[in-house]
Amino acid sequence: MKEKLLLDQKRLSIIIDRLCHQLIENHNGFNDSAIVGLQPRGVLLSRRIHQRMKEITGNQNLLYGELDITFYRDDFRRRESVLIPSEQKIDFIIENKNVILIDDVLFTGRTIRAAMDALTAFGRPSSVELMVLIDRRYSRELPIEATYVGHVVDSRNNDKVVVDLKQTGTKDAVWLITNIENK
Amino acid sequence: MSKLSTRHLIGIKDLTVEDIQQIFETADNFKAVINRPIKKVPSLRDITIANIFFENSTRTRISFELAEKRLSADTINFASSSSSVSKGETLIDTVNNILSMKVDMVVIRHPSAGASKFLAKHIDAQIVNAGDGTHEHPTQALLDAYSIREKLGDVKGKKVVIVGDILHSRVALSNILCLQKLGAKVMVCGPTTLIPKHMSELGVLVEHNLRKALEWCDVANMLRIQLERQEIKYFPSLREYSMLYGLDKPLLDSLGKKITIMHPGPINRGVEITSEVADSDQSIILQQVENGVAIRMAVLYLLAAQG
Repeated sequence: MKEKLLLDQKRLSIIIDRLCHQLIENHNGFNDSAIVGLQPRGVLLSRRIHQRMKEITGNQNLLYGELDITFYRDDFRRRESVLIPSEQKIDFIIENKNVILIDDVLFTGRTIRAAMDALTAFGRPSSVELMVLIDRRYSRELPIEATYVGHVVDSRNNDKVVVDLKQTGTKDAVWLITNIENK
Repeated sequence: MSKLSTRHLIGIKDLTVEDIQQIFETADNFKAVINRPIKKVPSLRDITIANIFFENSTRTRISFELAEKRLSADTINFASSSSSVSKGETLIDTVNNILSMKVDMVVIRHPSAGASKFLAKHIDAQIVNAGDGTHEHPTQALLDAYSIREKLGDVKGKKVVIVGDILHSRVALSNILCLQKLGAKVMVCGPTTLIPKHMSELGVLVEHNLRKALEWCDVANMLRIQLERQEIKYFPSLREYSMLYGLDKPLLDSLGKKITIMHPGPINRGVEITSEVADSDQSIILQQVENGVAIRMAVLYLLAAQG
């Protein structure tokens, strides 16, 4: 097993700032826009983005939610362990909003497919965009691409990308783990 | 988290405490789902479920059917009154015929105790017991305990009295087992003739005076007198039963504390419980019904995950 540091804390904070500014550039005033993080692993990033957006724009009323996609996944009954749902928090109207979905890693695209289904169960958004911290390109199983990308990684299918964001914002890191031995 | 420890849901007996906790946590999520504008998720879209009811039911059957539909399963409904059972077909033949049409799960209610266990032994599909005679009614017990957890924060350490026809009640047995597993103290209360012998061997307190039982408890679960299962007279008259074991507003208000009132339905208003009590703010009878759908969704989802 080999671990390679892809992003350290300094680069991560630069990337998060850049992603925030891209959002501000594309979303006029953020009046009809909402940030939605994907449970379970996307929410640490989306909380960070939400926090940073409030600091940059000074707007404390940005719409923010967290979406659980468990019941919309396409691998139910096709894997060994049970899919356990996480908490969901969408306490605003999705209808006619510009929604930015946020996840940590874009890999096969299946999570995002499920997320779009889960999202439309709350209403019809006027648009949906996708922001990811890491894009593992050439690994897609569905025709899905991100609107905002933090960092692009070339990796093999059995590699692993670990996004280690701390609640406190210190010692963040992103690792690429290769040569994982099969048990 | 891991899978449930059982492939079928025959009774609370077969569930571990971890199983019950997992069902509750999953039900929390489904409760959020059924309160959304779009109340459906696609999890069980490739599963077919047969609801086989050899006994009358309103709540349980509708609740299961709704849970299945909210999970996007395909459902078949079967009631014995309108079927070939009345032409003399056996239980196994009936079910095997239904299964040969490729059904993955069977929800069964039957007047004989052990019917669901018998089926689980002899057929491939997963079985969910929706009440077998006077034996068990596991999903009712789960939703009752879940409703107590929702109302009082936790089940552990709570005192629950089950009042009425304990002898003929599958709800009582499943409730006792479930509440005890979760750490509650359980008492049963009713006329001597309607309390089974050896109750104390289950670790259950027995009380024949309703007032004393109510003064002891945090939660009172009022059961219906199951006249249809009683082949002999167990008490002189319904009127006398109602006077001794019926819960009315003056009695409830005289307790000096606010206990929670539950009822698994159907209610015989004016017998075990008066309308005033059933509709009071201490009653969580309708919340029980709402939670029933979430609990059944959780059970079906977690069982289906085992394939």
